[in-house]
Amino acid sequence: MSKDISYDAIMSRRSDIVKDSAGIDFARFERGGVAFDYEAMLAATGYTLDKVREVQFEASVGNTPIIELRNITALARLFAKPGYGARIFIKDEAANPSGSFKDRRAATAVYHAKRSGYKGVIAATSGNFGAAVASQAAAKGLKCIIVQECYDSRKTGQPEIIEKARKCEAYGADVIQCTVGPELFYLSLKLLEETGYFSASLYSPFGVTGIETLGFEVANQMKVIAGGFPDTVVCTNAGGGNVTGTARGLAKAGCKAEVIGASVNLAGLHMASDTSFNRKSFTTGHTGFGVPFASWPDRSDVPRSAARPLRYLDRYVTVSQGEVFYMTELLANLEGLERGPAGNTSLAAAFSIAMEKPADHIIVVQETEYTGAGKHVQPQLSFARRNGIEVKFGNSSEEIPGKNIILPESAAGIKAIDLDLDHMRQSLIRHAKETSSEPLSDFDIDFLAEETGTTPAFVYQNLG
Amino acid sequence: MIDSLISKNTWVSIKKIILEPERRTSRIPDETKATPFIMWAKGRLQRDSQIGDEVTVITRTGRLESGVLEEANPQYILNYGDFIEELLTIGDDARAILFGDGNE
Repeated sequence: MSKDISYDAIMSRRSDIVKDSAGIDFARFERGGVAFDYEAMLAATGYTLDKVREVQFEASVGNTPIIELRNITALARLFAKPGYGARIFIKDEAANPSGSFKDRRAATAVYHAKRSGYKGVIAATSGNFGAAVASQAAAKGLKCIIVQECYDSRKTGQPEIIEKARKCEAYGADVIQCTVGPELFYLSLKLLEETGYFSASLYSPFGVTGIETLGFEVANQMKVIAGGFPDTVVCTNAGGGNVTGTARGLAKAGCKAEVIGASVNLAGLHMASDTSFNRKSFTTGHTGFGVPFASWPDRSDVPRSAARPLRYLDRYVTVSQGEVFYMTELLANLEGLERGPAGNTSLAAAFSIAMEKPADHIIVVQETEYTGAGKHVQPQLSFARRNGIEVKFGNSSEEIPGKNIILPESAAGIKAIDLDLDHMRQSLIRHAKETSSEPLSDFDIDFLAEETGTTPAFVYQNLG
Repeated sequence: MIDSLISKNTWVSIKKIILEPERRTSRIPDETKATPFIMWAKGRLQRDSQIGDEVTVITRTGRLESGVLEEANPQYILNYGDFIEELLTIGDDARAILFGDGNE
């Protein structure tokens, strides 16, 4: 009880707190230099794909339906050139217990926490993952603390995050809400040390292997529904776990589908800005997380992130806030599915991609999420307007995050924009070189080639 | 106000300043650094108090948290916001393009 819990004291004990609460000794996988043994780290948790499937089945997580979006596909075909307009399918992950695919990530983590004798779990998250951890903890009789970045300094909260706090509390969680800033990490470390609870990090191997089942199900369900594996799978990308787990699961099923990441474009908004905080309408799934975490995954709350999207991404696109809101309305109006909005980021991207692909091409959007008061197109656009954001119809590619939200004039105006993956790969390679105290070994070069989904030649070329 | 006494065991929210502006990390924008880092928690009040008092609560996980008493029986203030007329247009346009205009 007499421990110094000041900011400096807690931060100085950071590595011990992380080690004790993560259930993994990350140092075991370091290989000197910039490299570490990624596959060994994922395997060391002992949760094979079959075991994760069993854990999730017992927790009523997963095995969600896949729905063909026939009307949305028909609409895309009206705007595509003759013979084009891919078939779009969606995996209705909102059917999971807490309403999103995040239950998959939480199920394994909470199962492991229980089995390892932890009395509770802590997660620092403002999004669906908090609800998922709280839900899984409730069902396992574990205590749960969720730490959220929720309010600006005037205590105006994002409606979506306030809804998430309500949902977490509905599952019996203790919810701590904070103002904007990275010091939230200090608070979660303090709570982890104080309680001795398990750290349910989105970036730990539990958080990522839990998603492999999603990719695995997509591949196998499509064989039954459409007679073969999908050609393209679109995943919303933020911290990288969704892309990583899905791609790994697809590969484990033997499916070589193209994997496309999609994020909402929030370029120009600083994620730690008190004044920008309520000028955005998306609190995750956006470029503010997606781009930095792809370019350098080890910036999370664990020493080595299990989410390493550049290893798996074939393509990475952005869509605007207006396009995602528009798509959310189409999903409700044309398919009778009221979901999202944030979870429809990948669907907006898929609609645009479908117009580029031939009519026999199959695209799977691998998630939906629940919707409700606060977390819905209507209150989120209303909140934006009240915060001085102009909401109007127009050319969505002209949207300026923090200034306006431009709804496309028609569905033909939904246009995913490609990000330069090579640029992110180069950035990762350069960062590795700069942060390494020693010259890179051959082992490091091979590691960086795997990290970037490229070749040793590409790595050498970009070392400068 | 005398009648604003909140009884022990009432479910309340409290506010606590974790870091004053000068103690905050330098890795944040100036507008954020100008404000304190604040947290809010909820729990059962440990003794009769008034709004604004420094109090202690017991949270859902049985932890003690202290801070300034802000609200008794805190509400979830969530709704569907002001009506957004544009949303009607999106749905109606898409239906008209795909299924034809029902009013014709």
